[in-house]
Amino acid sequence: MKATVLVRPKQGILDPQGDAVTNSLQHLGFAITDARVGRVIDLDLGDSDREQARASVERMCEQLLANPLIESYEIVLRDNGA
Amino acid sequence: MSSRQPRIGVVQFPGSNDDRDALWALAALDAEAVPVWHADRALPDLDAVVLPGGFSYGDYLRCGAIARFSPAMSAVAEFADSGGLVLGICNGFQILCEAGLLPGVLRPNESLSFVCRDVRLRVDRTDTAFTARCAQDQELVIPVKHGEGCWFAGGDLYDELMARGQVVLRYAEPVNGSLNDVAGVVNERGNVMGLMPHPEHAVDPLLGSADGALILASLVDAARDRAPTTV
Repeated sequence: MKATVLVRPKQGILDPQGDAVTNSLQHLGFAITDARVGRVIDLDLGDSDREQARASVERMCEQLLANPLIESYEIVLRDNGA
Repeated sequence: MSSRQPRIGVVQFPGSNDDRDALWALAALDAEAVPVWHADRALPDLDAVVLPGGFSYGDYLRCGAIARFSPAMSAVAEFADSGGLVLGICNGFQILCEAGLLPGVLRPNESLSFVCRDVRLRVDRTDTAFTARCAQDQELVIPVKHGEGCWFAGGDLYDELMARGQVVLRYAEPVNGSLNDVAGVVNERGNVMGLMPHPEHAVDPLLGSADGALILASLVDAARDRAPTTV
């Protein structure tokens, strides 16, 4: 089982990196109104059951991968080889 | 009857770079300063602990997020739980927030720029183990040097902290976008403090300011009060 964890700044939380990217893209002429910058973490969980894998990755997010005060996370699971 | 020098440990993480300055400053203020290795699971006999500045574990993932799981931090958390005095400076503050020993979180500076200069601070509370030598509303000049010092507390947390008097130091000028200019906070019990400015870099007038000595000497005083006296 493989997992991708997407960590994002929570809605309403100041994201200076996103603001800088917004400004740069607008400067380049792209018609965007907002950009938010987060983090991607790819995990290889070896041979594991899907539900166990999800529970395990959720614990990883709560303990280390995201700071729940300012960040939200999303877990995408896929089978090996997929 | 005289009390012995208080023993104050300074934890050295991989990537700490202000540990030697902290050891030097504490010794200059008449403490016995003891280096503590991050891999040690137990602390030596100490009257206080300082978590120094630096870039522990390369600041990977989030500042302090990995250091908080180091073996020495388990011992520091137990030390704090039993009422021991703990001061986190800069990266040490970030580690204490990530560990849940202090409220809030330190985010990238609003400007996204690394800030490295002397800043003016105002002392909000003098009835703490870390600021007893300061006067109420005293202005201190102490250097900062950080890229992630923008302190934030969401929801009602800030109001709760104010009601409990946990905000101890504020910037007296714009520095990093910190919520209501908060520069230093204590935990509810008052035995753990974190601040972004570096008092250990300001203990001798030769270095531009000796105001940092007020904070570190307050800690040394409080640690001495806790040290067993010898006859």
